Amino acid sequence: MESLERIKARAEEAVPGATIKIIPNASPANQPSLLIDSDHTLAVVQFLRNDAALRLDFCSNVTGVDWLDRTVTTKVKVKTLIDGEEKEIEQPQVENFPGYLETVYHLYSIALKHGPVVIRLRTADRADGVHLPSLTPVYRSAEFQEREIFDLYGIRFHGHPDLRRILMWDEFVDHPMRKDYREPDDYEYEPTPHDEVLERAKEHYAARPQLDGAENLAADEHG
Amino acid sequence: MNEGLLSELKKQGIFVTSLQELYNWGRLNSIWPLQFGLACCAIEMIATAASRYDLARFGGEVFRPSPRQADLIIVAGTVTKKMAPQVVRLYNQMPDPKYVIAMGACAISGGPFKQGYNVLKGIDRYIPVDVYIPGCPPRPEALLHAFMELQRKIEEQRLTGAGKADHLEASLPSEFPVPAFGEHDLQPPANPALFRPPAVERN
Amino acid sequence: MSVGFHELAEAPPRAMSSRLEGELLEVSLGPQHPSTHGVFRMNVALDGEIVRKLKPVFGYLHRNHEQIGENTSYLGSMPYTDRLDYFCSMTNNWAYALSVEKLAGIEVPERAEYLRVILAELTRLQNHTSLLGFLLSDMGAWGTPLMYAFREREKILDLFESLSGSRMMCDYMRFGGCRVDAGADWMERAEKVADGFPRFLDEFEKLITSNEILLARTQEVGRISAELAVNAGLTGPILRACGVNYDLRKVDGYGIYPRFKFRVPLGDHGDCYDRLMMRALEMRESLGILQQAFAQIPAGPVMNPKVKIRAFKPPAGEAYGRIEGPKGELGFYLISDGSANPYRYRVRPPSFINLTVLEDMCLGHTVADVMVILGSIDIVMGEVDR
Repeated sequence: MESLERIKARAEEAVPGATIKIIPNASPANQPSLLIDSDHTLAVVQFLRNDAALRLDFCSNVTGVDWLDRTVTTKVKVKTLIDGEEKEIEQPQVENFPGYLETVYHLYSIALKHGPVVIRLRTADRADGVHLPSLTPVYRSAEFQEREIFDLYGIRFHGHPDLRRILMWDEFVDHPMRKDYREPDDYEYEPTPHDEVLERAKEHYAARPQLDGAENLAADEHG
Repeated sequence: MNEGLLSELKKQGIFVTSLQELYNWGRLNSIWPLQFGLACCAIEMIATAASRYDLARFGGEVFRPSPRQADLIIVAGTVTKKMAPQVVRLYNQMPDPKYVIAMGACAISGGPFKQGYNVLKGIDRYIPVDVYIPGCPPRPEALLHAFMELQRKIEEQRLTGAGKADHLEASLPSEFPVPAFGEHDLQPPANPALFRPPAVERN
Repeated sequence: MSVGFHELAEAPPRAMSSRLEGELLEVSLGPQHPSTHGVFRMNVALDGEIVRKLKPVFGYLHRNHEQIGENTSYLGSMPYTDRLDYFCSMTNNWAYALSVEKLAGIEVPERAEYLRVILAELTRLQNHTSLLGFLLSDMGAWGTPLMYAFREREKILDLFESLSGSRMMCDYMRFGGCRVDAGADWMERAEKVADGFPRFLDEFEKLITSNEILLARTQEVGRISAELAVNAGLTGPILRACGVNYDLRKVDGYGIYPRFKFRVPLGDHGDCYDRLMMRALEMRESLGILQQAFAQIPAGPVMNPKVKIRAFKPPAGEAYGRIEGPKGELGFYLISDGSANPYRYRVRPPSFINLTVLEDMCLGHTVADVMVILGSIDIVMGEVDR
């Protein structure tokens, strides 16, 4: 298979106006990916599928990822005048990266037996009802997986034929795979909790004392 | 009747029993389980019913697909919140007397999946359980053991007088409310009449 | 039944229903149903007996595998993978181990690779046998084939148990190898089981493949074209039943599969019969791989000594690893942020994605065929809903 740089260049040539960025992958797996802008996604993906040298006809895996807001503190060397003398000192620099939701598609070619080409789509923020284009019109295999991402992450897919909740019930309102989701406090923590479970256990017993059942028993005894 | 007289009569070819013993003997040797599997444990349940472990030796091989014909529901696997109303409904549809085996860690408490947002932390929050089998999944021998425990329990049930079996007590319910799907969780998260976890002191 | 199908294939669909004037009947099949292989549900709209619409409903066994995977260490997820597709814990372990090995760049010792192949092929054998048993049971052959299948499955489970300590939830593989070594006596027993397996296969095939009822219930039922199969992301025996030659053991050549000689069986029609036969033929090939592996397996360590599986922290990055599981392409997509827990832990569940075309397969068939079609897809709810 040709290199990702070449795929990027050819796709940008085939789809005028598309901006594609290569996202490097530092791990030994060496699977870098293409970040495609959401206005031209369908055209680019159709190019990837129909191009004679690529023929990525098989969309294997569709993943949703939730990236929270991050602040990264880096030490930057700054030149300043101290006592009339120019010195280089290190200053902490705080950078804020706003969070976003992301979908990752792993494309393979069954016809030419190569792959994967990993493509990513990103939303602007993590608000409710963020949109991304759906790839279901190109790859049927994305149908249920995109429904799953809608259910668990709350990304709405443009052009999806049947976007409903798939794993949770219809009345459910949360998106439980988001990193800031808190599950309902519905269990009695074990007698010997530790670490994170201990923290939650403390919260549980402070916030909802009625659930430990002692009052029920007491009420029974009194009639 | 005293034991000596009974054995004396038996030697003469006369078998004397009580209605209660006869009734329970009949019931315990033909328990029809509901053919109902949830997850991994269901495969062990099938293995138990298959030739090697042979649940038929205990009279329990007649798996009924309809709850209306079943005596026993083996809750075999993780009960999710989405599935819990259906499990309660199946239990309600079974005729009395009915029994419940909670098979495996998940059915007992949520087991390894207890942290999950969609996992019910034990089926005993909504329906009463007769026998619990720990294990993930329990071996077929453990299910057989649970089956024998249930038979022992049935054998000891009294038909009359104080302490008679629950299903003969008209005042006790044989159906339990089905939880509804809420916006964040099942409503209610547990049946307070049934589920009374022990109080834990925490400081 | 086959007559009905041919009529339908030739005439437009409405012609069939002109006899049965009336509204569509909506039926909810499942989640408690003897033939839905767990807690699967389908909302079916019926015109008489003919399926006009079918919507699968998922989530009755959604036990938050991926979320739990993100809250636990890399090693901690290994036992959870057993419970994905609870028939095939060994292949699930392998897929996960392979992904982590890709993510962290870990080498696996030779002997461990052979053990993995042996265990994966044994898993394939017991998965396919059980599937055939269940499928026949869905067709009305209640009991007998399933008993035969489970008899053979127990022999393989005994092997798993003596090696890993558990019948079903083996938790046997680790990133960088396998947990314990298999002794010479285990190898001997495994070889014996593999040697005895063809006898069972002959018997089973004699019992089923020429059975008239089976042919009538499966041939021309649930057909699907190769184009749709590829586009809908079908993998595994279902894809190959449509005639598409795509077996990851050949294509990716992961592990040491390139060293073995085996053929990839391919179907022609993409119907239930082809899907069923695909399994029967694959089992023969698996037995061939097993024989070669038993003959070639070298001595040596089974674990890479450099890998610290406890407090394991792979470098930041991401990796997608996949293997040819008995049900199709089983993949794990991991994103690491350099900490002890994966940032994103995603399972690519083959039986979930294979269900995408369930409606296409069932339309125009009778409701009784739906069970056969579903059985031929081979789903396990633990993996479908995770």
